[in-house]
Amino acid sequence: MSNNPTHSQSWTWLFTAWLIAAVATLASLFFSEVMKLTPCVLCWYQRIFMFPLAIILLIGLMPLDTRVVRYALPLTLLGLFFTVYHLLLFYGFIPENLRPCDKTLSCADASMVLFNVVPIPLLSLAAFSAIAVLLLKIRKHP
Amino acid sequence: MKQNKLILIAIVVIGAIFAISAMLYNQQQAEKKQQLAEQNARALTPAHAVREGNPNAKVTIVEFFDPACETCKEFHPLVKQLMAQYPDKVNLVMRYAPLHPGSDQMVAILEAARKQDQFWHVLELMFETQQYWAIDHQAHPQLFWGYLKGYGFDVERINQDMQDPSVVSNIQQDITDGELLGANMTPTFFVNGKPLATFGYEQLQQLVASEVAANY
Repeated sequence: MSNNPTHSQSWTWLFTAWLIAAVATLASLFFSEVMKLTPCVLCWYQRIFMFPLAIILLIGLMPLDTRVVRYALPLTLLGLFFTVYHLLLFYGFIPENLRPCDKTLSCADASMVLFNVVPIPLLSLAAFSAIAVLLLKIRKHP
Repeated sequence: MKQNKLILIAIVVIGAIFAISAMLYNQQQAEKKQQLAEQNARALTPAHAVREGNPNAKVTIVEFFDPACETCKEFHPLVKQLMAQYPDKVNLVMRYAPLHPGSDQMVAILEAARKQDQFWHVLELMFETQQYWAIDHQAHPQLFWGYLKGYGFDVERINQDMQDPSVVSNIQQDITDGELLGANMTPTFFVNGKPLATFGYEQLQQLVASEVAANY
């Protein structure tokens, strides 16, 4: 199958998409399990859609099965939706509902910012949109 | 097949990066904890704190604990076992870290019971009955009062002493010191001022053993 040029190209795109999903999954586990940052509610929704991508994209690679896009793209787009919503909240374009303070985390908290520079939801946006672009490319030229 | 190899390499590489950075991060955190403990060594064993065992022992375990914390309950018999293992060589300082909602009342009960020399008895009772009054990570002191009464403790005096300024200030001091020392999880142990590099009973055992070996 690697003799076929378009096949080989799809493989590379899918491989890249999987690599991004795997790195994003491990990074998010690093934040929560190693750095002990507690994921906020919206982070959880993004995790819910990112974690399975690391697995099903890998299955789609061995051997190459471009139909995986059918299953992976909805997850990616839903993840992207929550990411965009999270970013709008984070930058204050939509207000977080006023609620009494409790121990649960605010999704617009400063602890979302890594090394005081990169907001974690921005990383999530980069990952989800890159995966979406790659999957759409494969869908166009399977 | 070249492609499968590439996948395998990628898995190994990102797995290794994860493992190595986790190790480096933990090492860095452990060093930070150590520094924090060294800088605030005086906050570890103030005179007011509950002390158990030989006061002249050369090895001191400091435990920041919360009566509503399940792991503190699990560790309690283990710490007692450690004390029994090195009689006269190891003593124990108990510091309050009421991190769960409602625990502030529980530690006030303990500190008040201490005025009647009942600290350990009440603490044992708290741990024994913990599942009935600590529900969903929240302490319900009103549920515990019944047990106190049932076991014949002087509930009225405890209730009165809870308002005592020394009781209030001792607890406040523990909370302040805990924050200073980075004891933001319970139980947090220090052995002769050294924090555990990673949490666990074996780690505590080893640290105590090495301090005993170094001091005796």
